[in-house]
Amino acid sequence: MRDASPRPAALARRRLLQAGALALAAPALQGCGSASSGPLRFWAMGREADVVGTLLDDFHRAHPQIRVRVDALPWSAAHEKLLTAFAGDATPDIAQLGNSWLPEFGALGALAPLNAWVAATPALQPADWFDGIWQTNVVDGQLLGLPWYVDTRLLFYRRDLLARAGVAAAPATWAGWTAALDALQASGIAHPLLLPINEFEPLLALALQQGDPLLRDGGRYGNFRSAGFQRALAFYLQFFRSGHAAAVGNSQIANLWQEFGRGSFAAFISGPWNIGELDRRLGPGRRADWTTAPLPAPDNSAQRPGASTAGGASLVVFRRSQRQDQARTLIAWLAQPAVQQRFHALTGNLPPRRSTWQRADAAGQRLIDEPRTRAFATQLEQVRPAPAVPEWERIAQEMQLLAQRAVAQGLAPLAMATALDARVDRILEKRRWMLARKAAA
Amino acid sequence: MTWRQLSKRLVAWSFVAPALAVIGLFFALPVAIGLGLSLTDFDIYALADWRNLRLAGLDNYAHVLTLPLFWQALRNTLLFVVLGVPLSIALSLGCALLLQSPLARFKPFFRTALFAPVVTTLVAVAIIWRYLFHVRYGLINSGLGALGLEPVDWLGDPRWAMPAIVVLAVWKNFGVNMIIFIAALQAIPEELYEAARLDGARRWALLRYITLPMLGPTLLMVSVLTLAGYFQLFAEPYVMTQGGPLQSTVSVLYLMYEEGFRWWNLGQASAIAFILFVLMVVATQGLLWLGRRGERLASA
Repeated sequence: MRDASPRPAALARRRLLQAGALALAAPALQGCGSASSGPLRFWAMGREADVVGTLLDDFHRAHPQIRVRVDALPWSAAHEKLLTAFAGDATPDIAQLGNSWLPEFGALGALAPLNAWVAATPALQPADWFDGIWQTNVVDGQLLGLPWYVDTRLLFYRRDLLARAGVAAAPATWAGWTAALDALQASGIAHPLLLPINEFEPLLALALQQGDPLLRDGGRYGNFRSAGFQRALAFYLQFFRSGHAAAVGNSQIANLWQEFGRGSFAAFISGPWNIGELDRRLGPGRRADWTTAPLPAPDNSAQRPGASTAGGASLVVFRRSQRQDQARTLIAWLAQPAVQQRFHALTGNLPPRRSTWQRADAAGQRLIDEPRTRAFATQLEQVRPAPAVPEWERIAQEMQLLAQRAVAQGLAPLAMATALDARVDRILEKRRWMLARKAAA
Repeated sequence: MTWRQLSKRLVAWSFVAPALAVIGLFFALPVAIGLGLSLTDFDIYALADWRNLRLAGLDNYAHVLTLPLFWQALRNTLLFVVLGVPLSIALSLGCALLLQSPLARFKPFFRTALFAPVVTTLVAVAIIWRYLFHVRYGLINSGLGALGLEPVDWLGDPRWAMPAIVVLAVWKNFGVNMIIFIAALQAIPEELYEAARLDGARRWALLRYITLPMLGPTLLMVSVLTLAGYFQLFAEPYVMTQGGPLQSTVSVLYLMYEEGFRWWNLGQASAIAFILFVLMVVATQGLLWLGRRGERLASA
């Protein structure tokens, strides 16, 4: 009797195996790109991925025929995952992309250009976007993304400590900056400026304030021996040689906000997220003590304020997506000033359109009227894109590594720039070969 | 060969075939592809279009060997190995001996406690260690201060960053070897000690003439495994210092990771991987040779 019913058991086992095989295959099937059915696939990173879901409820009401599925990627793994997705033909329909990655994905041919669509869409006027930010999305004449939020670096400073040192207002020129730091030092702060030696943005901003391009001959060679970069580097190194800044890396600062609140330093260069962080960590009671200011300009004749970096993230449509129309509909919807305003309220990210800054929210407040964010609006009018070559991130890292050496080992600016140019030329070798081959064809 | 022998052989092969297929697919093939990659300049452009791939021959190897950063990474790695391996083995052997001592109390508790770092997450542990190593608020520097010593900028000073990483790595990993040593110690017959004690051997002589020789093979195996593991230093600098300050904690594997997965120069990264492989083979074979020679000397 025991062997009477072997069949159901065998059948059940086979079903189980089949189910198992299906379960194994299912993620692989989902992972396939270029699907023409199912929800629109949207890859977003970090906090934005958490927040964009709440915005999408309204989008789904306005466009019931489009469903969007958001996949969250951590920032630290996003670049790798996107490249792997490209290699495996599994790119999503739409993604959030740091704008410094656009040249790279442009070189891969992974992104669908948006020029024609933007030209044909009256709601999207390029003139409404901050110019420097818009430029970061244009690679070789093609518009590869639409800026979603912006990021730039400027001065955060302790107003009370500056006043105590006898400095009435934030400095507007390099000379004023040095004088203010001298005064702060005299008032008893050993290293008044925090300038982590492993962050490349401050030095890049100083270099972008000069007229000289950082790469020459269409991004074929480094141009770090230019007079402009020498000036920027010499000024940067002076912060450390005069003791205005201590030669520390950012992992050595246990708690930036606490130290700032305690007055261990009176100023640092950072981005918009720190407005929210400082409010949270120091509390609203300390709000009067600190504020923001655009970067100082090299001298009186230069444009004010001094230029800074053009960072942020853009929304891109992938070339292999079969639903580019729907993806663009979503991008246009997210670019509306009203939606951007909600996005700012949820994340603290700064909007890239001037009309969003001018728009009054439910409480009648305009972003441009808030003193701490206003400095960012002023700065955003003066941001300059970094060279649009795929190798840029690596070049920026090499620049900072050599700057660190210059700080630690007293390397002269010219020696450092010469070494940097040699390294950069080596990094750009493949690019030169490709450009030469393209020209020959 | 008779038919019966042949069929026996076929059966044997068919039994090992699945394992061979898996090894071939997941080990031999990737290694072969990696070797092939190291002879090209595979990068982001080649990913976009195969026509952008150039055969590089041994250029990648030549370039890596002329790279100052590679030699620095090699020096850093060797410093880590030279400091870390003996320290790790001494610490795990010491703890194993203490735990095996008849005087030790609460053995299971201490064994678990000393093994705990091995099974904790490095990323979580790194946060704690960053605080311990902190210049102003760190426990280690307050300890130094209590002894009247100057504070050390552990993670910010290029001279001290690697020793700090060694301390973390040894603390994190010594538990595994300790367990192996405990097992080996338990396998030493008690009669040997009894006989030696009858001959008048004291504690030190017991350790020198009974315990250590009996541990010989284990010691050799643990050394080889630890050496091979420590050559592949990566996670500790990755979470603690990102290779800094002044690239003083960039290891060879860290350099490979940066080239391959950060800058996507897979050709170059593969070349570094193979150079590291050769180095590790040389080091472990050297150690095995030393071990064999030691045995021969001992038996002679």
